[in-house]
Order: sequence, then structure tokens, then C-alpha cells
Amino acid sequence: MLRYLAVRVGRALVTIALVVTFAFVVLRLSGDPALIIMGPEAPPEVIAAFRKAWGLDEPIWRQYIDYFGAILQGELGRSMRDGRPAIALVAERIPATLALTIPALLLKLGIGLPAGIYAALHRGSAIDRAVMVAAVAGFTVPSFVLGLVLVLVFAVQLGWLPSGGQESWRHAILPIITLGTGGAAVLARFTRSAMLEVLGQPYIRTASAKGIPWRAVVTGHALPNAAIPTVTIIGFMVGTLIAGAVVVESVFSWPGVGRLLVVAVANRDLAVVQCILLLVAATMVASNLTVDFLYGFLDPRLRGARAGSH
Amino acid sequence: MVDASTAPLTRRVPPAVLLAAFWVVVMLSIALFADAIAPFGLTRMDLGHRLAPPGAVAHWLGTDELGRDVWSRLVFSIRISLLIAFGATAMSAVVGTALGFLAAHFRGLTEQAVLTLADFQAALPFLILALAVLAFFGNSLPLLVCLMGLYGWERYARIARGLAIAATAQGYAGAVRQLGATPARIYLRHILPNIASTLIVSMTLVFPEVILLESGLSFLGLGVQPPMTSLGNMVGYGREYISRAPWIMLAPALTIILTTLAVSLIGDWLRDRLDPSLR
Amino acid sequence: MTALIEAEGLARVYRSRGGLFAPERALRAVDGVSFAIARGETLGLVGESGSGKSTTGRMVLGLEPCDAGAVRFAGAPMPPPGTAGWRSARARMQMIFQDPLGALDRRLPIAAQIREPLDIHSRHDLPTREARVRALLGDLGLSAELGRRYPHELSGGQRQRAVLARALATEPDFLVCDEPVSALDVSIQAQVVNLLVDLQAKLALTMLFISHDLRVVRQVSHRIAVMYLGRIVEVGDADDLFAAPAHPYTRALVSAAPAPAPGRRRAPRIVLSSDPPDPSARPTGCAFHPRCASAIARCRAETPALATIAPGRRVACHVVAGAGTHAPLGNAA
Repeated sequence: MLRYLAVRVGRALVTIALVVTFAFVVLRLSGDPALIIMGPEAPPEVIAAFRKAWGLDEPIWRQYIDYFGAILQGELGRSMRDGRPAIALVAERIPATLALTIPALLLKLGIGLPAGIYAALHRGSAIDRAVMVAAVAGFTVPSFVLGLVLVLVFAVQLGWLPSGGQESWRHAILPIITLGTGGAAVLARFTRSAMLEVLGQPYIRTASAKGIPWRAVVTGHALPNAAIPTVTIIGFMVGTLIAGAVVVESVFSWPGVGRLLVVAVANRDLAVVQCILLLVAATMVASNLTVDFLYGFLDPRLRGARAGSH
Repeated sequence: MVDASTAPLTRRVPPAVLLAAFWVVVMLSIALFADAIAPFGLTRMDLGHRLAPPGAVAHWLGTDELGRDVWSRLVFSIRISLLIAFGATAMSAVVGTALGFLAAHFRGLTEQAVLTLADFQAALPFLILALAVLAFFGNSLPLLVCLMGLYGWERYARIARGLAIAATAQGYAGAVRQLGATPARIYLRHILPNIASTLIVSMTLVFPEVILLESGLSFLGLGVQPPMTSLGNMVGYGREYISRAPWIMLAPALTIILTTLAVSLIGDWLRDRLDPSLR
Repeated sequence: MTALIEAEGLARVYRSRGGLFAPERALRAVDGVSFAIARGETLGLVGESGSGKSTTGRMVLGLEPCDAGAVRFAGAPMPPPGTAGWRSARARMQMIFQDPLGALDRRLPIAAQIREPLDIHSRHDLPTREARVRALLGDLGLSAELGRRYPHELSGGQRQRAVLARALATEPDFLVCDEPVSALDVSIQAQVVNLLVDLQAKLALTMLFISHDLRVVRQVSHRIAVMYLGRIVEVGDADDLFAAPAHPYTRALVSAAPAPAPGRRRAPRIVLSSDPPDPSARPTGCAFHPRCASAIARCRAETPALATIAPGRRVACHVVAGAGTHAPLGNAA
């Protein structure tokens, strides 16, 4: 198990290094970084200083190393719009995004998992069919459409909830619902098929035939085995949550990191974009590592690997 | 023994899939004949009839804030969105399959490089990657299409690599190699036709995702730029007038949903028919 | 007359990583195999699974690289696999596999696949190619109608004949048959084997016939080589070897083969002791010694080399090649 984790951590580090390299390459390819990051109107001394600070007159491999070093020290440049350090700008928006994504994740898990399990256990029932239909809808209805429709119904027509901004907790309801429900349906469908696959296995029938009450069979055998593939997809969902947050924050004018990214891209505020890119990469890598860790825990083949090899 | 292939078409294909196919044909026709179908030009403004609700004879889907006919704009949007989606799907299929074959043929470092790239692609949500590239390089239609064309390549690459390795190891590809065929002949005349059905199924699953991705980007104002219009664009514009004129946003939104749904249904059905092993 | 195929000291070693802390294990699939096949001759290669016979067959064709040793075809060295020279050499030598269904592309009709070698090597013009395909179908007892069908629509025997037709399309000089009939029903086996014998005579083919089935090998081959754990332990004329096997392993194999005429009195069956060997953990000295009833002390210490004990017969055995009297190891069955 230790070896498995070590390999995974190694790969995570390689991935982050690749993302940094990607940012470096794209930055260099897109033109003179000094001009782009500082803006064409910046005075020549500022540009010269920037070049010196970033070592832009040095050989490319040297620049790469310096770049890496700068990133590690958190030196990610300043925003073009107001000159503040990019890191500070991004950091102050993180809580707002977390305020949406964490409840949305809980919502997905809270709806998706039970719905999927129930649908698998009661195959062919109304709930099962509802889950399948909802899953299809969750996949085909883009989040911005869902968000706008919710705004149309609840804010415009019914006037129950506000349509944008961040003034009160009530402003968070529609964004969280938009972010959480699409993925919930997909998770439900996936959980359903994982459960169905496990339930079809011979050992489930054997356990049931031995006289073990059905509930115990499900909780003792089916659920733990179905948990393994489901855990991997939860890790995947973190990625879609991040992407979803970008869109949803824009729909609801929610001042989070996603909205910041969209504005930064529109303004070509590269320091901010770069910073967010690295943040997202770090988050994804961390969540995948967590999933790998959980996986190693849950899958006894990995847990007991060392013991078995003696 | 009843031969399944002689059963009438309607019994072999579920009605939902038939409807989906019909919708896709309609969409394709609209895209192809947009110029003939649209009663008004893309940017033609009718300032006397701004924000008109649907139902009028001249503007049966209503007009937007500049008096532009929603139906006409919808027609052109369908064309652009479908064009981008087709182009991108084809591109990523070709790139992905080629890389998969390269990895399978050369193994070693090449394979590791391709797999690492695939992992990298899967490590970040594509939307974020796309936004980063758009930020660095600015926005232009060729760049957008190329960017979309990289969506999903890793799926084809994994499939192509896996199936090519299996074919070469003990199967028909190894036998043909043994006959003296060049690698190009083996891959193009033997392996590719044999894996084509699996790849096509993947394409039908990637296609709706590309539509959704492009709509999302255009909605954010970072995809297709005016004066061109796409479905996502229209939704973005319609957002301003959601309280006064929701039809501006609803027509393209509905089109996105139905088209994505139709292609997904067809893709699922194809997958069940052609390749149950993909489940 | 120089031999068509000369194999000299062939060796192939597979290395497997034992894990982070276990030592690397070397599996000597082929360990110093040498033989020569004259033009028009068929050499049978017999052995159990793990003996390295299939690997040898692949090395002779250049399908697998040789870790040691060399193969010469008509006096010239075999080009390395994957090169253009190797590819064009394929027209002169071909292989028949055990699984005919796996060797055929399920998407193409049989006739197109039989034609493919002609397309690859650009032989003749198009009409001649078609005519040649028809001729081949006829020679192998397949109708033109069958040529239009797909592989999965044919029976096992028909498929193997289609594979044969394809292999013979460019009129090769040399054919390696790797267990060509093992996957077929017994009655079909006889058909295909007879077909091979006919073709061999008609086309003056040189063949390397690999199988674990001694009876089949005997029918087709002029000479037989017996392999055990990567080495040849006995070589000789087919009928002679069958009538009077010398090496203890060969004797066990021959005695296990069903009698050609039931009711005739035959020698009692020799049953080998202990289990079939693990190729990655070879015994020292003569690899066969743990299972050999006649093993002596020298067998454990020293690997025997092939020695001529009669004209045309070579055996790798200390006991048979006359090592004198020594204390037996006592591996009685």
C-alpha cells in the first residue's frame, strides 16, 4: 500500500510540474510576456524592471528554472487592472467560491448517492425511471441554461429569490441548486450502475441464500464493493464542480474565483489567469490524491498487498 | 431462425432514437440551408419591432432588443454551432487515433509520452484549460476550433492504443505484418476499419459535450464573437432581457438541450448495438 | 547441397522484473539451438509447452530477435525484423498459426485476404492476381463461393486452409507451421495434415513443422528434432526416431503416442516422474535429469551436448552417448 501511495504522489507532483510547464510554454508562445503582463501602456522602466525580475533576457532554460522558482515562492505577478498581486486577488475570492462549491458537493452526494442506491435496489420502479430521466436531463441541460431557467421561474416570475449578487444567504440558494443538481443526476446514474453490477455478482446471491437478511447483505457486501468505483467518480466530480463554478458564478454574478477568471480572460489579465490555473491544478491533484488514498483504503486487494506477498 | 436484420426498421429501433435521428436531420438541414431558410439577415435590425413576443407572422419567434429576428439568428447560430462541433469532433478523433496508433506501434518512450499527455489532459477541467489558452492567445475562430478540436482526444487515443496492441499481439494485425505489410498498411487497412465502430460511438458521445462546451464559452462571451452568433451567444445576450423577453434566451437554450439529447440518445443506442463491451 | 535454412546457436532470454526487491528472473526460452533444413525437406520440431519450440519457429522467420546466434536463409543472414529487407523477404517464407480465426481479418472476405500478399509484394497485374487466388482456392479444396464469405462463416478446417492459401500465394520457399492442427477437430486434423503432405510434394516446400503431437509430426516430417526446456535433445530421421528412440525423453514421448494399429503388442508405457518443468527455474546439468529413470551423477553436474550415435542420429544424453558406468540417481517412476 505504501508503494501504491508513493507512486500516486509521484505522479501528482509530475502533473503539477507539467501544468507549470504548460503555463510557461503558453506564456512564452503568446508574445512578449513583459508587454502582456504589464500591459502595453506601462512605462519602459517598469517593463525593463519586469524583464529583469523575470529574467527574460536570459537563456530559455534559465527562464524556466526561474519561473519555477518564482511560482514556488508565490511570486505570480500583478493584476493588470489594479496592480495588486494576483495571489491576493485570487485568495480573497476563494471563500466565496467555497461557499458555493462545498454545499453543492454535499448536495450532489446527498441526492445522488441515495437516489442511485435506491434505484438499483428497486429496479424498474418509478424512482428508478425518474433517476434515469433526471440523469439524462442533468447531462444535456447545460448549467447556464438551468441557472437562467431557475432565475426565470423563481426570481422573475415568482419573485421568491434574488437573481444575482451576494448580499444575503438567500442569494446563494439558486447558485447552489444549479451547481449541485446537474451533477447529482449523473452521480445517481453512475451509482445505480455500480450497485447493479455488484448486485448481479454470484456472491450476493450466495449471501442471500445463506439466510442473511437482505438489509445486511446490502450494507455488508453490496455497498462496500460498490463504493470502490463510486469513489473514483467523486474525484472526477471535483473537476466538473470547478468548471461548473466558473459558469454558475457568471450567471448569478457571484463574486468568486470563477467569475474572476472569466473577467481576467476577457481582459487578458494573464497574471490572474496563471494564478487561477495553478490553483485549479493543485486542487484537482489534491482531490485525486485523496481519492487514491481512499481507494487504497477501501480496496482490500491494495490494503493487503504487502501481507500477501510474503 | 429469425434473422434480426430482416425485421422492419421501426421494430428494431426504439421510437425515442428515431425521433432523435429525425431531430438531428432537421438540425443538419437547417445548418446546410440556413441562407435559404432564414427570412432575415443575421444582423438585420427592425427597430420598429424591438422585443416583440413570438407569434407574429413576420417574426414567429419574436425579436430581440435590436429588433433582430430571433428565428433567423437561431438558424445561423445552429449552423455555426454545428460546424464547430463537427469540426472539433472530427479533429479530436483524428488526432487522438493517430496518437493512439503511434503509442501502440512504437511503445517505449512514445507510449509513455502519449499517456502522460492524456493524464495531463484529464488532470484539469477542459474549460479551465480552454480559458487559459484563450486568455494567452486572444480569441479568434481558428483558435477556437483548434481548441475544441483537442477536446476528448485522449479517449480516442486510449481506445486506439488498446485495440491496436491487442490486434498486433496475437491477432490479425500480427498475421498481416508477418505477410510483409508495412506498418501504414496494417494500421490503415486493417486495424482502423476494425476499430472504426468503437471510435464512431465515442464520437457520438463527444459531440454533444463539444456543443455544451462551446455554448458555455460563448455564453461567457469568450467563445464565438460577434458579429457571428452561436447558440451559447444568443443565450448570453438573452440573459439581459430575461424578465422582459425570455424568448430570446429560451429558443436557443431549448435547441441546445434537444440537440444534445438527440445525439446522446443516438450514441447510447449505437453503443448498445455495436459494442456491448463498452458499457 | 547447402541447406535452405541454417540456425546456429539460437538463444532467447526473457527477463522479468521480480519487483522492487526481488532479483530479476531470466527465462531461457531457447538456449543454444542449432539445426539446418535442406531444400525440400521438412523438419519436425516436437516438445511440450515451455520447450521453446514456438519461439524457435518465430526466431527462424525473424519474427523475434535473437539474443544470441544467427539464422541464415539461402546462405544470406536474415534481415532484422521490421526492416524493408525483412518485409520483402516475407514473400519467400511464411508462417501458419495455431488459431486460424485470429489470423484472419474478420471484416474482409477470404478471397481478398488470400490476395493480400500479392498486393503487398506487387506481384503480377490485377487480373493475374485474381486468377491466382482462384487457383489457390481450388488447390486447397475451397470453392469460389467460399472465397466470398467471411472468416466467421467458415468452419475451422476451412479457415486453416484459407490461411494456408494466403501463405502460399507468393510461392514461398519456406513454411513454418506452428501447431497448425492443434485447434481443429481430430477428423479435420487428418484432412489438413494430408493436404500439407500433398502440397509439400507438389510444391517442393521446405517446412519447419512444430507440434506437441508426435503422430502428426511423424506424418509430415522427414526428420524430427525433439526439444526440452529450450534445447534440442535428439535429432534423427522421422521413422527411425519413432521406431528406436534413444533419448529417455523421446522414449517417453513415443511410448505415450497411441499405437498406430490397435491390438499390436507394444512396449509398456513410460511414465515420467515429477512435474513438468518450470522454464524459469531450470534444473542444473541436463535439464531432464529430475524426471529421468536412467539419470546418473554426471547428469546433474554437466549439460550434455548433441553427439552423433548413429548416422543421421544425434542425442544429447550422457547415458545414451556412452558415458560409462556410474551410480544412478535413482529417479525411478
